[in-house]
Amino acid sequence: MAKDKVKNEAVTESTEIDYAAKAKRNKPGSLPYIWRHIRQNPLAMGSLVIIIALFILSFLSPYIMKYSFSKISMRDQYALPNSEHLLGCDEVGRDILSRILYGAKYTMSIGFASTAISAAIGIVLGAVAGYFGGWVDGLIMRFLDIFQSFPGILLAILISTVLGPGFEKVILALGVSGAPGYARMMRASILTVRGSEYIEAAQSINCSTARIIRKHIIPNAISPLIIQIAQGIAAAGLMASALSFLGFGVQAPTPEWGSMLSSARNFIRDYPHMCIFPGIFIMITVLAYNLVGDAIRDALDPRLRD
Amino acid sequence: MGRYILKRLIQMIPILLIVAILIFLLMSFVPGDPVQIILGDQATEMQIEEARHNLGLDKPFVQRLVDYLVGILHLDFGKSYLLGTPVSQELLTRFPRTLLIALLCIVFTVIFGIPIGIRCALRADKLEDRVWMFVTLLLSSMPGFWLALMLVLLFSVRLGWLPSNGIGGWKYFVLPVFANSLGSLAGIARQTRASMLEVIRSDFVTTARSKGLSERDITWKHALPNAMIPIITILGARFGMLLGGTTITESVFSIPGIGLYMINGINNRDYPIVQGCVIYIAFTFSIMMLITDLIYAFVDPRIKAQYAGPAKAKKKAEATA
Repeated sequence: MAKDKVKNEAVTESTEIDYAAKAKRNKPGSLPYIWRHIRQNPLAMGSLVIIIALFILSFLSPYIMKYSFSKISMRDQYALPNSEHLLGCDEVGRDILSRILYGAKYTMSIGFASTAISAAIGIVLGAVAGYFGGWVDGLIMRFLDIFQSFPGILLAILISTVLGPGFEKVILALGVSGAPGYARMMRASILTVRGSEYIEAAQSINCSTARIIRKHIIPNAISPLIIQIAQGIAAAGLMASALSFLGFGVQAPTPEWGSMLSSARNFIRDYPHMCIFPGIFIMITVLAYNLVGDAIRDALDPRLRD
Repeated sequence: MGRYILKRLIQMIPILLIVAILIFLLMSFVPGDPVQIILGDQATEMQIEEARHNLGLDKPFVQRLVDYLVGILHLDFGKSYLLGTPVSQELLTRFPRTLLIALLCIVFTVIFGIPIGIRCALRADKLEDRVWMFVTLLLSSMPGFWLALMLVLLFSVRLGWLPSNGIGGWKYFVLPVFANSLGSLAGIARQTRASMLEVIRSDFVTTARSKGLSERDITWKHALPNAMIPIITILGARFGMLLGGTTITESVFSIPGIGLYMINGINNRDYPIVQGCVIYIAFTFSIMMLITDLIYAFVDPRIKAQYAGPAKAKKKAEATA
């Protein structure tokens, strides 16, 4: 009898847990929910596979490629694509395919890392401005006005001039120059949520401020931000390659795609293959980022679905 | 309205001054000594000291900053370290080229991007829509400088139709404008489509349709004005991107505009040039933002009412009461 009761209790408990877990999975905006949505979208899944495959290939490339990304061979100078070198060779006879694969990790991770920095700075600034309001808000917003009084790419160029060239510095430069956009969005989002009725309702039943922020404001204010982050990675990747192309980003011997194009542009008249392939890879990567970003947006905001 | 514009213009002055101070500070942190770059590695200590004195670089930092700011108020941006020529004069000859390209780009973006977006929204999920969506997605995933290189490859190197660099007649502008604005055009088309679709599915459009209005009237008089409001905001930001993009385009096509001037200034550690360019760009961008806000008011009567000023609004409220 007693044993049965224990068993019964255990059963009810486990079903309750199941319900809770299920509710969590189905909650719009939660990670499992987004993931389910992406899985149903073949384009986004394909893109995700391409991104992950390129990333893994990039780390494996020294072991699987026939030619090293830095091996100079004057015999193969300017070689057109052939069976030995699938995408041809550059001005000092380095295999372009090896360089592209090896360089994938730079171009791809700059997008991720700089967006993470932008979002982190932006979310904190925007949340502080939006939540406290008053003079704190005024100060932060005027500060952002100044930063946004000229185009993002120029801001990134100026910051990377001060920091000097290099992989980590490009990430920092792009991260800082992208932050104001996220800050504005976070602030606007928090202001909308703060004025809404359910916050008033929560206050009226005596919720603590900490609970209101944690349970009501953040979950409701964060989804436009996740959308922007998901779509910002592609834009940051494009900016990174542009910076390298202009000579302010990752520097020449490193086969970052933008800097490969920067040196290849001098040979465009006679050896266009050097220019074409790195660009195609940038395009494929950014396209994949865009498609995954769109899928995440669709999952979070069905109104915007195209 | 006039008072509002004046107020905004006055607000711009402190922002531009702070931009000037910040860029001056920023440039003083840049590694690399301009004097060393001008004189090369062979210079003696004495020569370097002399050059520093001639350029005024031996003065205390605060005094240089104050001198610079006073100069700006007289529209004097100092002299180039390397060439000794006044920066303001060079900016005046170069700026119109950059502005012209940026304006052509935004016009091109608007007159093609918005109609494509509307057409796609009206034919949502049909074949034509899908083709355009694919093309625009592809275009917005392309780096602008690579597109520029590919256009040069096709139209200058292979076909020989258009010049690949420099400035001159209208032919010289075709490729730079295309390369710089195709990405924006694609973005605007996609956003117009999304915005239009949202409006088309809203209740007031259903109401208009149920009243028996023609589809043409619904599209042009009801849906479009409402769909345009978010697009205008985005266009303001796009102008900034295009202005920034001209830096890259100018560098690919060797167009002697402000962007290329700035890049060369950075590479030569020629700070007065960099500072002058930044202030010019910040000024242009701020003016463009103001124009965006004014167009906004023109399209959206709700916002226009806000600009009318509190006095007028009060009077109106009293009148209705």
